[in-house]
Amino acid sequence: MSEQAPAGAIHDIGYRHYDGPRLGASYVRRSLFVDTARGAFGLGRSGRSKVVPFVLLAVMCGPAVVMGIVTGYFNLPTLPLGYTEYSFALQVAVVIFLGSQAPVAVSRDLRFRVAPLYFSRPISREQYVQAKYAGLATALFLLLALPVLLLFVGALLAELPLDDQLGGLARGLAGSAVLALVLAGIGLVIAALTPRRGLGVAAVVGVLLVSAGVQGIVRGLAEEFGNDTLAGYAGLLNPFTLVDGVVAGPFGGDSVLGTPPTGPAMGAVFAMTAAAVVMASYGILLLRFRRSL
Amino acid sequence: MSASLVATEALTMTYAGGVTALADLTVDVRSGVTGLVGANGAGKSTLLKILLGLLEPTSGSVHVLGLDARGEGPAIRERVGYMPEHDCLPPDVSATEFCVHLGRMSGLPTTAARERTADVLRHVGLYEERYRPMGGYSTGMKQRVKLAQALVHDPDLVLLDEPTNGLDPAGRDDMLDLIRRIGSDFGISAVVTSHLLGELERTCDAVVVIDGGRLLRQSSTADVTAETPVVAVEVDGDPSPLAARLAEAGVEVEARGRLLHVDVADPAAYDVVRDACAELGLGLVRMERQRHRMVEVFSS
Repeated sequence: MSEQAPAGAIHDIGYRHYDGPRLGASYVRRSLFVDTARGAFGLGRSGRSKVVPFVLLAVMCGPAVVMGIVTGYFNLPTLPLGYTEYSFALQVAVVIFLGSQAPVAVSRDLRFRVAPLYFSRPISREQYVQAKYAGLATALFLLLALPVLLLFVGALLAELPLDDQLGGLARGLAGSAVLALVLAGIGLVIAALTPRRGLGVAAVVGVLLVSAGVQGIVRGLAEEFGNDTLAGYAGLLNPFTLVDGVVAGPFGGDSVLGTPPTGPAMGAVFAMTAAAVVMASYGILLLRFRRSL
Repeated sequence: MSASLVATEALTMTYAGGVTALADLTVDVRSGVTGLVGANGAGKSTLLKILLGLLEPTSGSVHVLGLDARGEGPAIRERVGYMPEHDCLPPDVSATEFCVHLGRMSGLPTTAARERTADVLRHVGLYEERYRPMGGYSTGMKQRVKLAQALVHDPDLVLLDEPTNGLDPAGRDDMLDLIRRIGSDFGISAVVTSHLLGELERTCDAVVVIDGGRLLRQSSTADVTAETPVVAVEVDGDPSPLAARLAEAGVEVEARGRLLHVDVADPAAYDVVRDACAELGLGLVRMERQRHRMVEVFSS
């Protein structure tokens, strides 16, 4: 009989060196991007942290499914809510999603000072911020674009003419992309500036609610005084109305607002403001993370 | 015995506010465990950041693993591990998840990161608890995880910033043992900062002492703690008659509690001690050659 080690015995084989591949900074950035986007939906995190994002995703998609069914059942000539209007109507869910997930993306790394561990690795600060920004923007885009796609499917099943729908779908998806970039930037900046637990959520939701309120007040006053130009520009004060202006202007869609921005000049201002918000957010995030380590 | 791992020349770092953190610092760190000693604010952390390529020095050259820290930072950081002084562990994540993630962030494929994490956590002495959220860990366990994340990608060099901070004496000993094993068993060189010389003399092969951003001294631990021409003599019973007898015989002697420190620059002194003990009927318990302590060298 030969001597045999018992099954499952742990042998101390000493320290083993790693001589496999080291994939470098672009792999690291890609991994961090994927982790951030997945993390925004609670994937790769605890079971509890999946509840809020998936409930919000259901809230975003539910009405789109219902509208598709209703359109087909009653043979409506158009969808009850257009592709570009949809996220505007459901913006509360979007704001809550952003408020709950932007702090997950950046505040934890600042609060628990994990950021220096990233920066002592191949990835640069720029690549870190790019990965986080792109990750959260992608998650938001999925949240915004999925119901738009569901609306489109509903419209097709209701046998609405395809030609009418394609333009709206394209504008809806493009608008979702711009809105995702703008919102992700604003949310990440606020979250990065308020790393304390719970504060980030309140700050993001608060800032977006207040900006919506201010935008509404300015618009209301301008309309009261019959100044439609000022009322049009009031849309710059809130990310949702800002992107509505981009969709209505450069993208050639319809605005949801009673006094929308008009003319190519105003459209250009809205588009440039949206671009400026995205670039400024990226810049502020870089500065914020330059201070760690 | 090997090429230098860290070489700086005339390294100077002046911050925008005019504060000089490092001044004309030239050091040469070779393989093994090297202690970087200095008071708080001596420039240790600034030096580590420059070595990682995260701070651009004002002037001078700096090479780590043969790579230029100005411009080749990412390549350096791929082969170097860093353990910060401060807390850096999110409480709601387990040590395993944390190390796997950071292994990937060092460029390891996910499966490799998993294997390395299991290995490294075992080596630093974390077993079942590695699956629990880190919020419930003791300070000693947290320090082990911080060390593990610096080792997870199997670096050639680790930079450990005050690894024994906040540990009780037993935890301190464990951590120092681990650091010694990193150097001897794992074959990974380490630069360890500390403001405690006593720790480093037990752990390190060499020491670099900086003060106010300047190099005070760089030498191997063996040089610093070389033998002195002094023997500690212990006898059973009262040593004072022996001290008197030795002084009479013209041997320099100094009482240190129950021990006598005897100058043996002239080897004949050994015989004098032996004979004196025999005549006084004292039992000679031990005669031990004394070594320099680092503290003496640097405080003189």
